[in-house]
Amino acid sequence: MTIVTRALRAAALCATALTSTAVMAPAAFADGSLIIASSQVPRHLNGAVQSGIATGVPSTQIFASPLRYDENWEPQPYLAESWTVAEDGLSVTLNLVEGATFHDGQPITSEDVAFSIMTTKANHPFQSMFAPVETVETPDPNTAVIRLSQPHPALLLALSPALSPVIPKHIYGDGQDIKSHPANSAPVGSGPFLLEEFNPGESIVLKKNPNFFIENRPVLDEIIIRIIKDPSALLIAMENGEADMYPFMAGSQEIRRLEKVDTLAITDQGYAGIGPINWLAFNTKSEKLSDVRVRQAIAYAVDRDFITKALHRGVSQVQRSPIIESSPFFDASIPAYDVDLDKANALMAEAGYADGMELTVDYIPGPKEQQQSVAEYLKSQLKKIGIDVTVRAAPDFPTWAGRVSGHDFDMTMDLVFNWGDPVIGVHRTYLCSNIVQGVIWSNTQSYCNERVDEILNKAAVEMDAEARKALYAEFQQIVAQDMPVYWINATPYHTAYDTRLRNVPVGIWGTMHPMDTVSWGE
Amino acid sequence: MGSFLARRIFYGALLMLGVVVLNFFLIRLAPGDPAVVIAGEMGGATEEVLEAIRIDYGLDKPLPVQLGIYLGNVLRGDLGESFFFNQPVVDLIGQRIGPTILLVVAAQVLSIVVGIFLGVLAARKPNGAMSAFVSVFATIGYAVPVFWTGIMLIILFASVLPVFPVEGMSSVKLREAAWYIKVLDVLHHLVLPAVTLAVIYLAQYARLSRASMLEVLGADYIRTARAKGAKERTVLFRHALRNAALPILTVAGLQFGNLISGALLVETVFNWPGMGRLAFDSILRRDYPTIMGVLFFASAMVVVANILTDLSYRLADPRLRGRA
Repeated sequence: MTIVTRALRAAALCATALTSTAVMAPAAFADGSLIIASSQVPRHLNGAVQSGIATGVPSTQIFASPLRYDENWEPQPYLAESWTVAEDGLSVTLNLVEGATFHDGQPITSEDVAFSIMTTKANHPFQSMFAPVETVETPDPNTAVIRLSQPHPALLLALSPALSPVIPKHIYGDGQDIKSHPANSAPVGSGPFLLEEFNPGESIVLKKNPNFFIENRPVLDEIIIRIIKDPSALLIAMENGEADMYPFMAGSQEIRRLEKVDTLAITDQGYAGIGPINWLAFNTKSEKLSDVRVRQAIAYAVDRDFITKALHRGVSQVQRSPIIESSPFFDASIPAYDVDLDKANALMAEAGYADGMELTVDYIPGPKEQQQSVAEYLKSQLKKIGIDVTVRAAPDFPTWAGRVSGHDFDMTMDLVFNWGDPVIGVHRTYLCSNIVQGVIWSNTQSYCNERVDEILNKAAVEMDAEARKALYAEFQQIVAQDMPVYWINATPYHTAYDTRLRNVPVGIWGTMHPMDTVSWGE
Repeated sequence: MGSFLARRIFYGALLMLGVVVLNFFLIRLAPGDPAVVIAGEMGGATEEVLEAIRIDYGLDKPLPVQLGIYLGNVLRGDLGESFFFNQPVVDLIGQRIGPTILLVVAAQVLSIVVGIFLGVLAARKPNGAMSAFVSVFATIGYAVPVFWTGIMLIILFASVLPVFPVEGMSSVKLREAAWYIKVLDVLHHLVLPAVTLAVIYLAQYARLSRASMLEVLGADYIRTARAKGAKERTVLFRHALRNAALPILTVAGLQFGNLISGALLVETVFNWPGMGRLAFDSILRRDYPTIMGVLFFASAMVVVANILTDLSYRLADPRLRGRA
């Protein structure tokens, strides 16, 4: 028994030592640190050549941009202290703030802005952002003039931190390929935080930029982005106070679980700019789905309320339009296609499919609740109008993307972002000219309507906001009739955060926005 | 001894070559196009862009040519660049090999020490309660999948009773703390993953050492030791365990490879920043150079562990020393 007793004593001693470490942790916590938990793995940190959330969050802290946006979709000064849009809409003059420097101490000049915009234009996946930009002139170090081939109402939004980081020409202009430039993993920017450590796939440590060009900012001393891929471990880290903020949380179980934690608050604000829409896309070139009545029948058969209230446990919102409902361009009068099985069956009979048909539905592997669960619901629901649906799983994202971009599908669930302005994130899905084999999130529906093209091309150059709204209203009415896509719900991105945090980023870009005002309260 | 070592190293190198060649072809037989992944998280690009990427990364060349280039680079110590991170694979592995070795060694030590301890206790009274407990524990421990053990431990000791952390290897809130606090912090994080990984092997060592000890405890020299009035502890640990340890030593060396593959699951469950998780993520991303690099290092670790086992076996058993 002596051996057992000694072993137990030793184990108890170890447990005490280890537990005391756990207790020590909160005491050692520096108030100036913000720990963001994320399941997203960035390839690198240069948002000028890489889209997406994973790069966007750190990139917007490291790099400043010409403008930033408030929660009312209004542009605000950032690196540009003022700006002027020419009356003919063919140029935008940016007046840069004086004395701003990069993290390495080099001054920021109009040359850097010109280099950044042209580099982004040539390399960023969102080609429409700067497509009309012909040149960027630099009459003096603090003035940049963007010359356009046509008016471009989306330009100011495209100058946001999430889309248009100003990168240093003296580092990236050395002739190396920008997409694989070594500085993408060790970037030098001019934003509120500078990179201290980048451990790919593990963590990103950002320290306060002591020479930030906005006085008395940032408030925080450091931001640490901790990548935790296991969802349970991530939730436990939030519950136990090991992380302070968890953005882009979309699972209803995660949201409901963290709602119960007293020390955390949950918000669905901060995602209007991204405008994430979960939808069902139709291959309008497939024989059965080329008939608009079949697509409309499917729309009448599907119950969005069931999906949002039952499948998503009330955390997501119904989405009726190609434009996110929180956008100023959303048209509330768009037809809703409320559930009407009689009408759906009548439309099927009218289209010559009274005896039913067989279809397949694909879905993006990964976000199960938003994609796979809805696809499985469609299988049972569409049986009611005689459609026998086969749910096709894909082992990984590239396989799914290959099928859809190769137009090898009948119907697919999809998750697509609006990216702030319809020119950037909406047009690509509906323009005839964007039916391109091999490119995912192009017009993979092969939908083509000349009137829609005409409206979108007009809206892309219309500088009057009201006139633009009217054009997009007409566009929404037409596509709601043509139904190349059945929009289901806004992806319920939520941010969980420590209740003691102040100025939590809930503007249109959420955490893809400089967090220079975020601070800790009592 | 010298020629023995040289021969083992030669065979080890041959084995490594075989592993590299086999893995090279196996990985490329898997469906999925890395060019699509490299094209970015937008998930697709035109055929022209994909073709340009294939040329850039040498994916357009015939497989034997790709293999030749790869082997040449490996001999020069260049494992290539990660398709996903655009960083040298050696750097990525360099950041992760330490945590994996720490986890595997901790699990190995834990399983051997506790396993032998339990085995010895059980062997003292083969028909007693302790022996029955060890047998049942060993059977369950061996049968339960490692990820299940991990999840159960997380639920019990991180969620219901939040005593241990599960979000990696260290707490970022202690980054600025004194070194000894950081060491304690790493140990604190190590407990659950190491126990999870150790359970299955601990069970095996317990069974093995129980069986070995039972055999040895019946030997004449043990009876002699007891007759001389030696303390029970001395009999057990000095006379019996030394002789019973040889089979345990052999199994421990052979288990090293299994421990590394077990670490893949444990690292994924516990967010442990090691090579296993890098391999798991790289497989999903079709990041061939990283997968190959991790497999190369993992097999090197197994080969080295096996050579060390052979050496220690010869040191422990004088009868083997004279043999080549």
